[in-house]
Amino acid sequence: MSSEPLLRMRGIDKDFAGVPALSGVDMTVAPGEVRALIGQNGAGKSTLIKVLTGVHRRTGGRIRFAGRDVDFGSPQEAQRAGIAPIYQEVNLIPYRSVAENVCIGRAPRRFGLLDWRAVNAEARERLAALGVHVDVTRPLHTYPIATQQMTAIARALAFDARLVIMDEPTSSLAEHEVGILLDVIRRLRDAGVAVVFVSHRLDELYAVADTITVLRDGRTVADAPIAELSKYELVSAMLGRELAESGRRGHRTDAAAEPVVLEASGLRRPPALNGSSVSVRRGEVVGLAGLLGSGRSETARAIFGADPPRGGEVRVAGEPAAFAAPRDAIRARIGFCPEDRKAEGIIPELSVRENLTLALLPRLTRRGIVDRARQREIVARFVDRLGIKLAGPDQKIGELSGGNQQKVLLARWLCTRPDLLILDEPTRGIDVGAKQEIRDLIGELADDGLSVLLISSEIEELVTGCDRVLVLRDGATVAEFSGAGISEDAILHAMAEGVSAGVRTEGGTDD
Amino acid sequence: MSATLGLLPARPGRFAAAVKRQGALIALAVLVIFGTLRYGERFATGYNVQSVLADDAKYALVALGMSFVIMTGGIDLSVGSVAALGGVVAASLSGAGLLPAMAAAVAVGAAAGLVNGVLIARYRLAPFLVTLATMLSVRGLALHLSGAASVLAAPHGTFTAFGTWSLLGVPVPFWIALALFGAGALALHRTGFGRNVLATGGNEDAARLMGLPVDRTKAAVYVLSGALSGAAGAFLGAQTSSVDTAAGQGWELSAIAAVVVGGTLLTGGVGTVFGTLVGVVLLQLIFNMIVFENSRGELTISSYWESVIRGAFLLGVVLLQVRLTRRRRAG
Amino acid sequence: MTDLTVGRSPEPAAPARARREWYGIAGRYGAGLLLLVLFAYNAAFTPNFLTPTALLDVQLRQAAPVTIVALGMALVIALAGIDLSVGSVMAVAGQVGALSLVAGLDPVPAIVLALLASAACGAFNGVLVARYGVQPIIATLILFIAGRGIAQLLSDGALISFRSPDFQFLGLGRIAGIPMPVVLMVLVAAALWFVVRHTGYGRTLPATGGNEPAARLAGVRTGRVKLVAYVTCGVLAGLAGLAAIAITSASDANNVGLGVELQAIAAVAISGTPLSGGRITVGGTFVGAVTLVLLRNTLVAHGIPTEIAQIVTGLVIVLALFLQRRGR
Repeated sequence: MSSEPLLRMRGIDKDFAGVPALSGVDMTVAPGEVRALIGQNGAGKSTLIKVLTGVHRRTGGRIRFAGRDVDFGSPQEAQRAGIAPIYQEVNLIPYRSVAENVCIGRAPRRFGLLDWRAVNAEARERLAALGVHVDVTRPLHTYPIATQQMTAIARALAFDARLVIMDEPTSSLAEHEVGILLDVIRRLRDAGVAVVFVSHRLDELYAVADTITVLRDGRTVADAPIAELSKYELVSAMLGRELAESGRRGHRTDAAAEPVVLEASGLRRPPALNGSSVSVRRGEVVGLAGLLGSGRSETARAIFGADPPRGGEVRVAGEPAAFAAPRDAIRARIGFCPEDRKAEGIIPELSVRENLTLALLPRLTRRGIVDRARQREIVARFVDRLGIKLAGPDQKIGELSGGNQQKVLLARWLCTRPDLLILDEPTRGIDVGAKQEIRDLIGELADDGLSVLLISSEIEELVTGCDRVLVLRDGATVAEFSGAGISEDAILHAMAEGVSAGVRTEGGTDD
Repeated sequence: MSATLGLLPARPGRFAAAVKRQGALIALAVLVIFGTLRYGERFATGYNVQSVLADDAKYALVALGMSFVIMTGGIDLSVGSVAALGGVVAASLSGAGLLPAMAAAVAVGAAAGLVNGVLIARYRLAPFLVTLATMLSVRGLALHLSGAASVLAAPHGTFTAFGTWSLLGVPVPFWIALALFGAGALALHRTGFGRNVLATGGNEDAARLMGLPVDRTKAAVYVLSGALSGAAGAFLGAQTSSVDTAAGQGWELSAIAAVVVGGTLLTGGVGTVFGTLVGVVLLQLIFNMIVFENSRGELTISSYWESVIRGAFLLGVVLLQVRLTRRRRAG
Repeated sequence: MTDLTVGRSPEPAAPARARREWYGIAGRYGAGLLLLVLFAYNAAFTPNFLTPTALLDVQLRQAAPVTIVALGMALVIALAGIDLSVGSVMAVAGQVGALSLVAGLDPVPAIVLALLASAACGAFNGVLVARYGVQPIIATLILFIAGRGIAQLLSDGALISFRSPDFQFLGLGRIAGIPMPVVLMVLVAAALWFVVRHTGYGRTLPATGGNEPAARLAGVRTGRVKLVAYVTCGVLAGLAGLAAIAITSASDANNVGLGVELQAIAAVAISGTPLSGGRITVGGTFVGAVTLVLLRNTLVAHGIPTEIAQIVTGLVIVLALFLQRRGR
């Protein structure tokens, strides 16, 4: 006799201005079940969580929680109903004490005034139930993220949460802290609280989850007890297996003869980078594969000087180079197109023209004055070359579509004529047509002598477009494939299981 | 499984932090000791203490209101003008006695604060600009009500007498300020409202998510600030028996300086009511000491040094805060 | 990173969007519209308004110091900053200039010294903000408090009178019949407009204010951009201070520049420039400053006491904020 599940989401749709982010997603969670939720960026898991926790309103489908149909209009409503989200950046009040963060909003009182002794005692008790013993009177921010998360969990329980949703809780945790968190999750499960656990660290999921839901492109592509799904199957489900045999990059077997443009080794920057290494030769397209959290973007930023590394070495054209700021890297003829174009790419209020020529400004000005004619010419040239659709060069970049924005950002770097271009997810969030255009462009540029370091979560893109592919895992380089050795299988395996560092595979498949 | 999560900082670190937190108090103590040693009895007792404390009372009220506003992450530039308005209203009604005059001043101030509160909390306009606008408007209103001339308080009566009352050697206005500060500290530490203030300033989005009444809290602190400023203006009128057209000018920035010197972060979410009181007394004391220094005849420090020294203090506090936040970020 | 934009409404329907656009336009051009309205009203109802004397000597000359300061303020606001010390810097520059003249220096060296002093003040602010990351309002509050004291100390609060016909030209002279302060105001506006439109620096300014991480990744030296903005703001305040003392041939450290910071901020605010940075409009700021002065003068000229004029000014600012918000 099965009891009704605690949560049943059926056929969930969510549109944003007509663009679907979720299509017919199903997810069920029973009391005391630990369900893993996994998918790449853009797959829809954040949206699903936001729908569940009341941040967004769904456009279609049904949600049934604790035996009732629900339609949360605000996060407060969802929390009152018993759904408690625990986010990556802990959403608590940093300057307040641990105890206060646990109890605020329902603190025990005496004669109308807060009874601190009772507050502190309650907080201590609740944290102890999770196996955490700390001084609850100290401000929250004096504790590391791990403790802050425990506080958030304690708070959730204090508010009678029945379902706790953890959104990538382990990304900033050290190894031993992860173990403690997983322990807490098991305690929650034993207490009958359901947990939805979003993470990319496969080992953790396999250690603690009972079931798993995999999302891709806004749909559910797998939903099974985790014991029935191997890591390899999991990763392939996440990334999809659209193999395109045509258009494979002619492997440049003479690449070894070209000079090394960039050599980075042993890059360290805790907690994300633990000895990653990358090298790129002239005219090579080197791909960087790995799951989220594997340190790819961090490696790129370390090389570019955006977040200089604490350890390791970077060499450009054989000479040691330690860029302290992006400016220095740009002067060394390196360009970097970041992952999040909204946060770090476009300057929304400025025009396309301004955004496009921003990195080139030092070379576009003569005695401080911008050479308008040259600027216009460059903009026109790249708009044409990249097929950027816009009303005019003075249109605000914020009004362009994602694909066109990305093209402008690409042009920003291309017009500086770099020797090495680092691209972090250049085709993410772009329509299929634009994707292909950009991929073709990268190939052409490489043939002309541009070196490219390409970070991508789309395996197909790496397989068809790269001369070599490096795989990162947990902040270190674990595998390298080149030539015919590049295959989806090999990359997926390396991402899923990891191969011991230093294994290089040339030619045939690895065994 | 016991988890000693959280690396507790070494003991010395906690001591150093405590010292930094009470920096203003220590500076105050040092100054008082220095002043007593140098200027003798005339400085440390009787008339001087009384007049310093009497003077401080009104600035303290304004700074109290400002503390609450800053702790929510906002700012109130209109306090000087609201004080002027309160003073004008109180002085005009002074003939009716102390209580009616005071009550009117507080009510008028609260009303002005309500305007600020609604525009900021409900319509989400920027506090700096909104209170800038009310600063201009309210002063205009005050000038209008006073006919652009000084308003004289009724010469005999409880209102003007209030300015001279003292209890146990300390002026009554200061006792009232002290009592209000006590209430403020209690409210901050022991009531839901106080915790909401700190939560709102600490992380407004999180506070909303936690279900706290953020908008109501924000509006309330502006009303409180207005009410206290109105009362401060009434104090001014009672103590000087008149309120002139320049009353309250510059009070807002002095209040902000006192709050910052007292240890409250301008970004909000952290603060101490007591620290603000110390800040007020400290900054005003500098002026007092300059007067004494001049009377010694050895060195003539013009009163203009007062602003320079206040500015230097503020600079010191700011740089200290920078060091503190840097360490926190790196740690 | 989790983005919890709580309370942010989803994409509105078409009529709401059109309304929003209208508000946006009103917010941006409202000041200009108000200026036109005021101009027309005065032309119709204020005797002698359209005469050159009234326009140039009265309205524009009065507006000159505030406008110059407001233009500097606009630079700093474009970086999401603010400068409360401009009034005190005006006083400092006035004192340094006056003292130099009294000490026998020629006008030009005196001016240079005064501007150097103001630049130093600006640099003080800039270093605190750009290098130490201090919040602009607090950083500039320091000089707001201490700067005027320093200015007063330079002459122990006494008025410094000087005689220097050459220097006085700055305040009382005319070029082609236009009062010198007005000439300065227009020159500064033109120069700033050029810099903002046509120089590399001018383009990195809104970039830094609009999205600092993006600007940094694109190679912009964001720290230097900020420093230069604060120094420029200081220098312009110094220039305004010199113009002020040239008009009266005396430097009064107690009163020069009193209240000018708030007027300047108000001028930028009603030009539609958001305090959150990323945008700068030299023309808009110019119009904003002149409008506020004209508004006040109009009210006063028609018998409305200054107090009411102040109330009206405050309301106009709130209205401008409202429109800006609704137009977002």
